[in-house]
Amino acid sequence: MNMKKAAVLLILMLTAATFAWAGPPQEKDSQLERGHKVYDKWCFPCHGTGVGKPGTDALKARGQNPAVLEERTDLTAALINTVVRHGVGFMPVFRKTEISDAELDAIDAYLMRNNKK
Amino acid sequence: MKLPPGVSASDFAAALEKFAAVVGKEWVFSSQDDVDLYRDSYSPLWHEEDERVPSAAVAPDGVEQIQAIVKIANTYKIPLWTISTGKNLAYGGSSPALSGSVILDLKRMNRILEVNDKNHYALVEPGVSYFDLYHYIQDHKLNVWIDPPDPGWGSPMGNSLERGGGRTPMRDHFASVCGMEIVLANGEVIRTGMGALPESKTWQQYKYGFGPYVDGMFSQSNFGIVTKIGIWLMPSPEAYRDGVVSVPKHDDLIPFVDTLSFLIDSSVVRGTMLLDSPLLSYRASQGGSVLDMPGGPTVAETEKLGQEKGLPYWSMELHFWGPPNVIDAQWEYAKEKFSAIPGATFKDGRYYHFPMEVKDTDAVPWVALGIPSLSVFGLIAGGNGHMDFSPIIPMQAEAVFEVLSAFGKAYADLGIEPKNQFFSLPWCFFPHSFVLLFGFPIAHDVEKNRESRRAFQRLVEVAAEHGWGEYRTHVAFMDAVSNVYSFNNHALRRLHERVKDAIDPNGILSPGKSGIWPKRLRQQRA
Repeated sequence: MNMKKAAVLLILMLTAATFAWAGPPQEKDSQLERGHKVYDKWCFPCHGTGVGKPGTDALKARGQNPAVLEERTDLTAALINTVVRHGVGFMPVFRKTEISDAELDAIDAYLMRNNKK
Repeated sequence: MKLPPGVSASDFAAALEKFAAVVGKEWVFSSQDDVDLYRDSYSPLWHEEDERVPSAAVAPDGVEQIQAIVKIANTYKIPLWTISTGKNLAYGGSSPALSGSVILDLKRMNRILEVNDKNHYALVEPGVSYFDLYHYIQDHKLNVWIDPPDPGWGSPMGNSLERGGGRTPMRDHFASVCGMEIVLANGEVIRTGMGALPESKTWQQYKYGFGPYVDGMFSQSNFGIVTKIGIWLMPSPEAYRDGVVSVPKHDDLIPFVDTLSFLIDSSVVRGTMLLDSPLLSYRASQGGSVLDMPGGPTVAETEKLGQEKGLPYWSMELHFWGPPNVIDAQWEYAKEKFSAIPGATFKDGRYYHFPMEVKDTDAVPWVALGIPSLSVFGLIAGGNGHMDFSPIIPMQAEAVFEVLSAFGKAYADLGIEPKNQFFSLPWCFFPHSFVLLFGFPIAHDVEKNRESRRAFQRLVEVAAEHGWGEYRTHVAFMDAVSNVYSFNNHALRRLHERVKDAIDPNGILSPGKSGIWPKRLRQQRA
């Protein structure tokens, strides 16, 4: 990772924003459900629980606790979007034909569902 | 933004506008942020002028759209670099060989058209990943296994066309291809093999059809855009077991590989295996190297170390899939044959009966069980990626000895410490030969990458001097590798390029792929 990207990530990590859903509860549920589904398809194989999840292992090696993304309560949309669209370490970039902007929003909502309001 | 060579900004803009009329504005990507998503995350040229970057991307959702796109590309001489899932990481990811190419991103074409678990095949579109196919089979409770490569996020189509390998008996992926649909540069659609028969009932059951068998022309090539591919699958086996064979001495490798070759070619041992050396791995862990570095320990000294530490010089995990009584007999027979080597030892390994529920917490050899995974990336934790140097070498012990010595000397001559991320010993992904998979570390660091490229280039040359050539390579090295396949003044490449010029006269399809350049861009060859 270059220094610029490292600095951006550090700033993003230090400025974990809270997440508030503005829309109606039903839409929130379906957004979370969609986010969960997209997460399972695109993120879980590397960042999930269990054995042989190199994303989880890499975050653990950096001292991240919890290392499993779904268990975090400090993720921000800015951080998630930066990592997905720019990559980090050995995680490559994901294109919009893989994860659309709308799907990325849903992942954000899902991974920030437990953030303190 | 880098425009395609020889294309004016106004023609480029006009072409993008026409692409948008075909696929919809949202599926043409031309802003810098969007185009950057097609850079190779593992580029050995990261931050350098020569990094292979596209000018734009267009993502169709059907054959007719592709036909319309190639028509426009012909009009404006726009080079199109085709990707399926774009996960050809270590070999270029989704980036082109020629900067300024427009990426033809086929990820949206992700339909699984058929999975047949009676005759064991699938027919899929380019954007289908191994994960997608696996989940489809699980969800439909089909009695069939896929053979994923180590990272499962790529596509059966892309990996097969790149002639990649997996772990199960279906490991040689291009050998498992049966029937393709292809859009040619002139927009014409062809179907190969039995697919040429309009009412064919056997497109995925018999490869060759009638007349010349042309499927190979569309692997690692730029002769067409493959839009459907048939892949042979494996019936779900009743069981899997593995076991390790070890032999104590350096020269034991000679009868060891002879026995291995006999067992593989007799179909007693199947699937992909990796030659291992617990002794050389230990030597490497103590500050030495798996390679034989000049001035390093002699064979006698290394064997003595092996005796002291109780480590065998060579070992290999053998794998068996099938009915329990058959695979038990295969393992017993393998042990009998290897027992002819004095000091050979055997260790029973894992044994699974199917169907078996595999949980995420189970430490099973996923890929050997036909389950796609990304666990292989654990090998490169801490780095920015890797680039694979993968020469084919003879399935002979003498070749392994020669590799360890020749590459050790090459690194020493370069004054570079070997930094292989993967394995210095060969695999058998393909029948009758070994393949090495050296993982060169890639960093977002110009100097480190320059060093890796210097070593990579030298290893390509050293390999060629010894009669070994790469089975596949990164887009940045396609010319370098193509240059060493030079028999009879590059007669094969000249044939490839005559074909290229005949069927793609405007040179719009993936210029530079595998070192094949169309006439109007041939001066781009490195």
